[in-house]
Amino acid sequence: MTTNTEIMTKPATHTWWWYGLLLLATIGILTVYQEVLDVYEVSILIFTAISMAMVGNKWPGFRGHSIAVAILSLIALQLYGSDLGAAETNGILKYMLASQSAIMWMSVFFIAATFTYFGGLIFRSSYTEQVGSAFTWIATTFGMTGLMVRWRETHMMGADIGYIPVSNLYEVFILFAVVTALIYLFYERRYQVRSLGGFVLLVISAAVIFQLWYAFERNAHEIQPLVPALQSYWMKIHVPANFIGYGAFAMAAMIGIAYLLVSWRANKDPDSGLVKAMPPLTMMDDLMYKSIALGFAFFTVATILGALWAAEAWGGYWSWDPKETWALIVWLNYAAWLHMRMTKGWNGVPMAWWAIVGLFVTLFAFLGVNMFLSGLHSYGSL
Amino acid sequence: MSDATKKGPSSLSFTRRLLLFIGSMELAITLLLTLAIASVIGTVLQQNQPYADYVIKFGPYWFDVFDKLGLYDVYSALWFVAILALLVISTSVCVIRHFPAMTKEMWQLRTNVQKKSLKAMHHNSQWQSNNNLQTVANNLQQEFKNLGFRSRQTVKQEDAILISAMRGGMNRLGYLFTHIAIVVICVGGLFDSNMPLKLAEWRGDIKIETRDLSIREIPAESRLGEGNQGFRGSVSIPEGKASEVVFLPVRDGYLLQALPFRIEVKDFRIEHYPNGQPKSFESDLVIHDEELDAPMEATIAVNHPLIYRGHAIYQASFSDGGSILSLDAWPLDSRAGTEPVSIQTKVFENRQMLWGEESMQLEMIDFRPFNINPDPTEDDSRNVRDFGPNFTFKLRTQTGEAREYENYMFPVERDGREYFLSGVRNTPSESFAYLYLPVDEDGSLNRFLQYSALLRDQQLVSSIANSMMIEALAMLPERDEALEESLQQTLETLIKMFVRGGFDEVRDFIDNNLPDAERDNLAPAYLGMLREMLARIYFTMDGIDAETVGNEQLLFLQDTVDTIGTLSRYGSPVFLHLTDFEHIQSTGLQIAKAPGKNVVYFGCALLVIGIFLLFYLPQRRFWAWLEQENGQTNIILAGSTNRNAREFDTFFNEQQTQLAAKTGNSNL
Ligand code: HEM
Repeated sequence: MTTNTEIMTKPATHTWWWYGLLLLATIGILTVYQEVLDVYEVSILIFTAISMAMVGNKWPGFRGHSIAVAILSLIALQLYGSDLGAAETNGILKYMLASQSAIMWMSVFFIAATFTYFGGLIFRSSYTEQVGSAFTWIATTFGMTGLMVRWRETHMMGADIGYIPVSNLYEVFILFAVVTALIYLFYERRYQVRSLGGFVLLVISAAVIFQLWYAFERNAHEIQPLVPALQSYWMKIHVPANFIGYGAFAMAAMIGIAYLLVSWRANKDPDSGLVKAMPPLTMMDDLMYKSIALGFAFFTVATILGALWAAEAWGGYWSWDPKETWALIVWLNYAAWLHMRMTKGWNGVPMAWWAIVGLFVTLFAFLGVNMFLSGLHSYGSL
Repeated sequence: MSDATKKGPSSLSFTRRLLLFIGSMELAITLLLTLAIASVIGTVLQQNQPYADYVIKFGPYWFDVFDKLGLYDVYSALWFVAILALLVISTSVCVIRHFPAMTKEMWQLRTNVQKKSLKAMHHNSQWQSNNNLQTVANNLQQEFKNLGFRSRQTVKQEDAILISAMRGGMNRLGYLFTHIAIVVICVGGLFDSNMPLKLAEWRGDIKIETRDLSIREIPAESRLGEGNQGFRGSVSIPEGKASEVVFLPVRDGYLLQALPFRIEVKDFRIEHYPNGQPKSFESDLVIHDEELDAPMEATIAVNHPLIYRGHAIYQASFSDGGSILSLDAWPLDSRAGTEPVSIQTKVFENRQMLWGEESMQLEMIDFRPFNINPDPTEDDSRNVRDFGPNFTFKLRTQTGEAREYENYMFPVERDGREYFLSGVRNTPSESFAYLYLPVDEDGSLNRFLQYSALLRDQQLVSSIANSMMIEALAMLPERDEALEESLQQTLETLIKMFVRGGFDEVRDFIDNNLPDAERDNLAPAYLGMLREMLARIYFTMDGIDAETVGNEQLLFLQDTVDTIGTLSRYGSPVFLHLTDFEHIQSTGLQIAKAPGKNVVYFGCALLVIGIFLLFYLPQRRFWAWLEQENGQTNIILAGSTNRNAREFDTFFNEQQTQLAAKTGNSNL
């Protein structure tokens, strides 16, 4: 196991083989898909490779995850060939790698990870918590594979139907679960604390359960062609950036809950088991700030990308459409949060409450607007 | 200024205190939250709807109150803009106030710190080296350089050397960028907003038009010339037509904006996915402009606008552009004659129709070449089917009441039989009730109409009534003239009533005219006689014979009778059947000019760069105080950071160990 200090103070080293691998993969994809990629998509691809290079450089878990996703996706593609029906006839696809099956596995492992993490916390078993981490990694890998395979499946549906699977509510829920888990895993390693796992996984499980209900009850998992307004390369970057924001905000709120719980226990009994098993309050406070900062940065980028897209699709970069306006509200709320943290006298508890309120504001921007308000964002109505 | 100084107990002037307040973090937080809460209003209350809708929703009193508060267009209401403006001012003041300190922070290495204050710092440590002062100083500077720190040596009194080092000065640039960006974005956005229009309206230079006028009739004060101002408007142009104006929606009205060029629409296309969902909307445009040598052709689609001379032209919507329709008007009752009449009309055309005494206005509203709707014969509502072309129209009586109709061109199949479908409703809020007109073997309404004509054939009805009467009374021992007369009368009346008002009217008659005691016995008899009459009339038609009649023919009779029975509720004396059409579409363009766009984008770039600098480039400082003591060098190392204190803890300890190892020995 690497220790905390090592990660943070190692002089800037580079994992060259990782860069090389990504370079090869990028070149590979460019050659295979040369004819169908336009200049924007090529830029997005290169940008993705660079981001992955940076994220994976000092994070072995991410490297393993990416490689596993790549291998599993390639196997699925191989098994599919060009016949969508293989999802029913081929055993490996049917029970594991067809997008629907992979997503099912993701759901199972996320929910299992939640219980495992909490089990580890309750019984103070660091081994159990490590199993929780492993489950989370497996779930994330299945989820990401599911999205990749689904991408291919949309293209197999018909000549012009293919699209990136971040285009409807069902798909973005999977994205949300995967992204939130990755952000959590990053900080888990960085801070070497696993006791927050259960809390963060709780919000992921909630998303997973909603997603399952949505699939069973509404057949939301069926692939439908895109309406013209969504056929844009902007979607490929706008949506993922947004979900890094949502994921980070959700994580901050869950840490906020853990913070409140621990500070409440600590007030009553500073030596209680929970207080000892959980990270120190200052660390949670710091982590809460870190994830809101991360979320804020990416949410800013996402909102700006949304404005650029709107300028291209709706005839203006800002129309005060309900979805846009709620994005602004979320953004202003966290801007206020960040400023409040800089003024003295505000300690962790109110900031934790505020982070939790922030999640509800975010949730409304993400779901409520589609459910209750009408506007130009036609996708993903329930 | 001096006044304020004298008044207050504080030594600050009033303006200074005001500036401090405006640039304060507390105000910033308050404004951010106020703006967030204010923004909610416009998402909950749908903006810029027709004012009549608001009146209905809120009633006249609250409508007025909300109107005064500008709630129907919150984002350009005075109070909303004022909050925004205050935020911009606050941010500007904040930036201006912090600017000198921030730039200083960015570059200055802080060479004037005291030994005492270093020792008091949270991060500090000491060790000694056997090397001499200058060597240690140079070594340390080299080490700092390797860590990416900028550093400088200052010689202090008593031969001490202070090394000040810093990394991440750009963090402060992040602050400046972020906050300047807010100002830049808001100012840029102001150019493109409708504020300039609002100002012009206040000055009385322009007037919002609320009437539905043709372009020629719109008065000059509601027209805007070509200029540099930003705008966002829309216009609907039929295929083959052109426009050099756009309409700018403003509250409950509009303004007309002139364009410096003319846009002609050649063609509009919709492509569909195999399941019928629309896949793309495209328009072929031709731009006519004196500045061009030849007209410029371009195709636009959703997500692919055309940018021309600073104007962005978007595919926004589509509608009918006045399709030409050929119709056959089939008479459904005697007012409308007995033969179908052909007419030619266009969508959006109004014409008078005369039926006997009565005249009605026919108003064509819309035509659609496809109607991909859920198939009513399937359980799963996601199974859709193309029901073919249809058109909608209104029939307006002289008193101004209108019913709306929706007729399909092709027969629709139900239970293996075919019908022409016509929907009718009294108000747009209702859903259509459908009339099913049975289609004969030739695919026409001939048989249906022949039959309904026979029902109105006085002679035929009376001869059939006569023969039925005779059969019915044959078993009586003696002729009873009065009874014969009355039965004959009743049979004829039944048919008349049926033609006028269907089974409903017959039932009403039974309920109102028969004595209570006999009603239960007589009612089935009356209905039975009516059915018998209807069947006998049917059997007089060509090719239908009571002996050899097939099931199909009987079903046709049943459908026909059912339909005639409901005609009274249909309200139109004719069925308009679409025989041919020429589809002309109109493309809905949105045209925008946003002179502030690049300013806004520049601001956005600043914002993103600024935020990442702020969050991910911590500013770190080291100081090393070196003193000669007993032939050894005494080293005091201190450090500080402006964020990520937690990580700096480990970083400082690590570096301290490394530096101590490299520069000396014997830790204290
Ligand atoms: C929409 C308006 C604003 C936005 C989006 C914004 C954004 C930010 C952000 C993201 C930070 C960094 C917070 C952190 O590091 O956690 C920050 C810091 C700060 N903001 Fe603002 N700000 C706004 C308005 C203002 C105003 C009006 C003031 C005036 C008082 C202000 C004063 C400051 C100060 C003093 C800092 C601390 C800088 C530092 O030392 O790192 N901001 N702001």
